[in-house]
Formats: sequence, structure tokens, C-alpha cells
Amino acid sequence: MTEYQTHDYDVIVIGAGGAGLRAAIESHERGLRTALVCKSLLGKAHTVMAEGGCAAAMGNVYSEDNWKVHFRDTMRGGKMLNNWRMAQLHAQEAPDRVYELERWGALFDRTKDGRILQRDFGGHRFARLAHVGDRTGLEIIRTLQQKAVSAGIDVFMECKILKLLPDTEGRISGAVGYMRPTGEMVLFTGKSFVLATGSIGKSWTYTSNSWESVGDGHAMAIWAGADVIDMECVQFHPTGMVWPLSVRGILVTEGVRGDGGVLRNSEGQRFMFDYIADMFKAETAKTEEEADRWYEDHANNGRTPDLLPRDEVARAINSEVKAGRGSPHGGVFLDIASRRSAEYIRRRLPSMYHQFMELAGVDITATPMEVGPTCHYMMGGVRVDAETEAATVPGLFAAGEVAGGMHGANRLGGNSLSDLLVFGRRAGIGASDYAEGRTGSPTVDAAEVQSVIDDAVAPFTREGGGNPYDVQHELQQTMQSLVGIIRTGPELEEALGKLEEFKERTAKLTVKGGKAYNPGWNLATDLPSMVTTSIAVAQGALNRKESRGGHTREDFPGPDPELGKVNFVQRQTAEHGYLGPISITPEPLPEMPAELRALLEEAH
Amino acid sequence: MPENPESEATGDFTMRLWRGDSSGGEFTDYVVPAVEGEVVLDVIHRIQAGDAPDLACRWNCKAGKCGSCSAEINGLPRLMCMTRMDTLPEGAPVTVAPMKTFPIIRDLVTDVSFNFEVAKTVPAFKPGPEPEGGYRMAQIDVERGQEFRKCIECFMCQDVCHVIRDHEENKPKYAGPRFFIRFAELEMHPLDTNDRRELARSGAGLGLCNITKCCTEVCPEHIKITDNAIIPMKERVVDAHYDPVAWLGRKILKRTKKTAEEASAG
Repeated sequence: MTEYQTHDYDVIVIGAGGAGLRAAIESHERGLRTALVCKSLLGKAHTVMAEGGCAAAMGNVYSEDNWKVHFRDTMRGGKMLNNWRMAQLHAQEAPDRVYELERWGALFDRTKDGRILQRDFGGHRFARLAHVGDRTGLEIIRTLQQKAVSAGIDVFMECKILKLLPDTEGRISGAVGYMRPTGEMVLFTGKSFVLATGSIGKSWTYTSNSWESVGDGHAMAIWAGADVIDMECVQFHPTGMVWPLSVRGILVTEGVRGDGGVLRNSEGQRFMFDYIADMFKAETAKTEEEADRWYEDHANNGRTPDLLPRDEVARAINSEVKAGRGSPHGGVFLDIASRRSAEYIRRRLPSMYHQFMELAGVDITATPMEVGPTCHYMMGGVRVDAETEAATVPGLFAAGEVAGGMHGANRLGGNSLSDLLVFGRRAGIGASDYAEGRTGSPTVDAAEVQSVIDDAVAPFTREGGGNPYDVQHELQQTMQSLVGIIRTGPELEEALGKLEEFKERTAKLTVKGGKAYNPGWNLATDLPSMVTTSIAVAQGALNRKESRGGHTREDFPGPDPELGKVNFVQRQTAEHGYLGPISITPEPLPEMPAELRALLEEAH
Repeated sequence: MPENPESEATGDFTMRLWRGDSSGGEFTDYVVPAVEGEVVLDVIHRIQAGDAPDLACRWNCKAGKCGSCSAEINGLPRLMCMTRMDTLPEGAPVTVAPMKTFPIIRDLVTDVSFNFEVAKTVPAFKPGPEPEGGYRMAQIDVERGQEFRKCIECFMCQDVCHVIRDHEENKPKYAGPRFFIRFAELEMHPLDTNDRRELARSGAGLGLCNITKCCTEVCPEHIKITDNAIIPMKERVVDAHYDPVAWLGRKILKRTKKTAEEASAG
């Protein structure tokens, strides 16, 4: 019997990036007792790393822009796998959410007439990203953090949640975890729970994601019996650093290309002109001259192919490297030095300048950068109701990267920060409504709490088990080599076989030391999430026998119109937990109304 | 682990890491092979994956953007993720210690909750009424605040500030450089209407800062904390508090900014 702290609230928000903060602000303002629980210190979540901007059709730079164009761009970028209603709500509400941040103290870059400036980004027809240089995520998380702190929301920092527990009626009512500084176990009971736990990207070797992105929320939702969708749709960002090896995967913002940077191969050629898919031919420049004119005049010129959606650019870079036209360290060149002044580069991209100077010894105002694809973003996630962000299990909500549907098979740059704000707020409303309507005090089975705790601390007393660092390292190598940017059926089957072994090994780990701030133990408790989410990605990828967005099958290189009409839905129906099997079935996408479909078919 | 006497010859180097908790601790040496391009945090991670799986170290982004991995490297506050090994002196052990100003949790991890408590005392941003068509601000006016909003909250300026580094007793009455730039940012925000100058003087202890610029020197974001935030704030506080002409001016012109008492009430 291990002692544990208990805390009771109306709404428990797990994760304090943009989505979690925005959800907590909403439920707190509604007068509900709200707890914000986060695995790191407040303000360090992944949102802080978002660079380029927040997409919102405010029309401050191009007055022709409006939600309909943003909706169209998002759906086409997502290869039409998106939940249309989420994409519509997102496009309609993003401008209000950006202006709201300004009322809360955010200082965005300005147009000449003093309005919020918007920058060009991949897949967006108009310059649409509200931004602050190349540190927009920092501005957004700090604004939300300062708002939450001044509102007096209770924050539980450095607290890892292990599992969600239902009451006897199946409503999610508890979350068990531990405080990382002390190792003390903790139970949160609440009337509704919002998952805002971000990504799963730490399961790949080369990733822009931090140690936190192990898929806790995705996995806990699956274990709780909730549906997840589109788990095969993982975004590999085209431009991560490739050298030195120790920084491989660190993000290089798309803003470099939005501000005039271009991709070149080892022959100096702007190769993206060779990779323009039919779907984007009409709106993309045909010559370098046209592409260069586009920066100043979007109305009369096609967009540079350097700013095609991320899936297209990542595959193109992969092909160039494979064809032997890569850079010395296995990437391609991203050149802004020869195209923009040093002063402009330092002003527009200060953190990129700093990052390359400090980490690689490269002056990006003088030399091209070497870049290559890096695991970046999870489109798939918890299946939610578009209006309320309710998952398919009562009492559970999800917003931000952990939720699925909004981005379809591929997310456009800039749509993540706006997603956090729009759906973070909506999840806060949804969770508040649910909590207010729920009767009785939430209760969980004490034996189940004890069982979660026992599992978590078992590695301390187990003799001769595996080292969590070894298991994580090998799991990352497996996902990198077999479930990476280009996939094949046999490799995915091989990966699933290996993942079964990782499952067994994860059940038999041994850790040294005590419970207080012990990274080895913390990793041992992260591995179940990594195993579950990796299996779901590999299963989804094996079942989606086509190439669409972030999911590319070498053995099925084109899209299949029939598969474009379904989500692959995964859930646990029998044994729950990371040792249990996950079923997978295709289910039809929600039907899009005719007037919205007409928007997508408009020629541009 | 004993120091390897042949470390230079084999391309190995010695990491001298502080291990312990609030009850005490000591430096322990780890000999690690050199790898091209690595930063201090990479080496810490290799040690965790090998000899010391329970070595406590706080980190997140590993790209200098989140400010989690602050430590004292060879005696200087630095981000472990942005300190390349090849910039440190060769042949000598690399010492990594936790930030001194904050209580130890374990190993390289400190309890920085002091900063989160101070943050709660900062009166919120409070814009004036929004005109038709939204607020307008000039780029040049937002840039003053933007400099301070680059802060990644690594708290190294707090760590190095000797008002609290050497005088624990000052903590209850001193907010520290991180919050002086927060005050300055809000004070210079084109839309804000709260007046925090009296609070900065009395509650936050701005007067205790004797502008030695240690904070500016360690700022990984190169924010000119002393020149652009603390000194202007000191001037504004002096104007507000002691200048009789300004006092009279405020009386006559009926400034719209709130008084310190109103501002500190939120």
C-alpha cells in the first residue's frame, strides 16, 4: 500500500501548452474549480518551440483573405481527410482567438498601418500567419501563462499522469500520477478531464520533439477505451537541422522559406520545381522568375514551390538525397543568404540565426543551411466531437495535437497555434458544460488506483530487468527505420513484430535510485505510452494501403479515392492498457455539406 | 568513478557533475568519449543512458527556446543545450553544478518556485478601451516590449543577481531582473493602463539593484536587462515618486494610469 496525495476539482486539464492553458482559462472563467497539471515547469511546453506563426484569416495583408479560403487551404493541405467541421470552425474562429491574445497582452509584429502583420507560409494562399519574428510560440504560451497566473488557476507542475480511471458508470473520474520532484504519488478526481498532452514524436530518432512528447494523452485515451483516428498520419517537417549529429532534427522554421529562402540540391538547382503535384499546379509558380515575383504580388503570380505543403516538400527532399544530390551531411541546402540582406535575416529570423551560429557554427546570413526531414507533428489522435472536443468516452475531452481530425493527413504550418487556441477554448467550454451537468461526486475504485501505483513503482524492486534507456533507444531506431517518412508493408509488419517485443520488455524494466527526480524511472513510466502509440501508428500505416499526406507507402505510391473517404479508427475493446490489443477499423468520414464542398472545387 | 589519467590522449574528457540533494552532495567525475559537435546536455544524456541513469537534469526543447536546462558550467550560468563542448577549455574537467540561488531538488535540478511565486504578484496587463476596428500599434512601439518578451525564463539572471544569490533574506522583498523586465515590458506596453512604478519600487525592491549588469551578461537571449529595463524603470520610479513637477503635472492632467494601490490590487 503506497500513500498518495488527493486533489479534487471540477475540471482537470492535463498538459499546459497552448491548448491546455486556453482550456483551463475558459473553465476557470466559467467559475469552475480548475486544475492545470503539467509534466514540466509552466511555460516550457512544446508550444514554446513553435516558430513561424499562427494562421488566421484576418486579412490584414491581403484583404481578399477570409475563412473560406483558409478552410479550403486547410482541407487541401490535409488531403481531404480532415474533419470538415473542425476545419470550418478553426478557419472561422482563429481571427477572434488572435485578437483575444492581443487583449491579453501579446505583442505581435505590425503592419505599416499598425495592425497585426501576417506572413506567408506553406500551403496558405495568402500571407496569413500572425507572428513575432520566429518566436511566435513563446509569445503565445507566455501570454496564456500570464493570463492563467493572473487569474489564479491552480497549477501542478512537474506532475506526470499515468492513467485515467472511470467511475462505475464509465465516466472518467480520476487521473493517477506522480510528482516528479518528490516521486510522491497523486490522485486527481474531477468531473471532466481535458487531455492537452501534445505529441508522440519522441518515438523517432530524428525529431523536433522534446522528451515530453511520448504520447501520454494518446495512450491514456486508448487505454480508457476512447477512439483514436488517423494514427498513421505523422508529419515529417521538411526542414530540420542535419548537422552536427547531436542537433539533428531540431526545427528550422518554414518562415525561412516564407521570408524568401529557397531549397537547392548539391547542383545548386531549385529542385522543388520538379515536384509540383497536379493538385497544386494551378496555384504554383512555373518558373523561378514567377516564384520570385510572387513574394511581392500574390494576385498575379503562382506561389513558389518551396512553400508547397510540408508532406510534398519532405518527400521531395528525401528523393533528392536518395538520388545522390544531397548536401555533405545528408540533407539539402536551404539558402536565404544569397537572397535577402543580412539585416533582414537577423530581424526576421533572429532565433534561427542564433541557433545555427551557436549549435552549428554556421552564419545563415552568409552560408546556406543544411536541412532534412525531421519527425515533427502528429495529425492523428483522439476522436472528438468537432463542437465540444468530447472524446468517445464520457467525461473525457481532448484539444491540440492530442486530438485528431482537424488536420487530416497533413497539417499546414501555422495551423497548429491557431488549433490550440480555437479548440483549447472549445474543449474548456465542453468540459465545463459536462462538469456542470454531472451529478454526484466523482469516485474511483481505490484498488484500481493502487494497481496503477504498483505498476509504476514495480521497476524499483524488479531484479535483472532491462534498462529503460536501451529500450527507448531501440524503439526509436525501429520507428525511424521501419515507420519513417517512406513506408512499406513488409517493414511495417516487421515493426509491429518488434513492437510486441518492446511491449514485453517494457513490462520488465528495472530502475536504479529513488523516486525523487529520477529520469531513469520517469522514462520507464513513459515507455508504455511510447509503445502503445507506436503500435497504433504502425497498425494505421499498415492498413492505409495508399499514400496520402504525411503517410507515404512505397508499395502504394498514389492516393486511393476509396480510402480517402475513411478514417482508420483504433480502440481497445478487450484488455485495456499497453499490454492489450488495439483493434482497427475503417469508418466513413463525416459527410461534408455541398456548399463547403463547392468551396474546395473553386479553381485558383 | 575515478578520473581517467589518459583522458587527453584517448580523446576522452571528464565531466565533474554535482550529485546530491537538499541534505548535501559532492562533485562526481564521469569520463566520456568526445563526440563532434556535442553540447553539454548531450553529454549529460549519454551519462544518464550509461553510468548514471538516475542523474537528475531538467530539460525540454534542447534548442535554447524553453530555458529549462540552466546550470553553472565551469562556474558560469549557462544553458546546457546551447553550450558546445568544443567551446570549453580542453584538458580540464568540465564542472556542471546546479544554480546556486535556488534550493536543490536533486543533482542539477533546483526548486525555482520562487520565480513562479513572484509572477503571481505582477498586476495583470490591462488595456484601455478597444477602438472600432481594433487596436493599432506601431512596430517601433511594440519592439520595446518585444525585447523583454524574448525572455525564456531560464532564471539565470535571477541566479547570478547577488542581491538574492548572496542574501537569501532579500528574497521576500526582491523580484529580481526577470521581473524587472516584466515590469518594464508592461510599463512600456502601448496599450497597458496599469501603473506599476510604485509597486516596482516598494514591493519588488527595484532600489536594491545596484546595476552591476551581471544579469545582462548571462542572458541567453541577449536582452539588455540593465540598460533597457532596469535603468529606465528606476528613472520612471524616481519621476513618479520624488519629482514634484511630475507630481503636480499628474494632478493637473489627471493621468489615466491607476495608482500603485489600485494596480497591485489587480
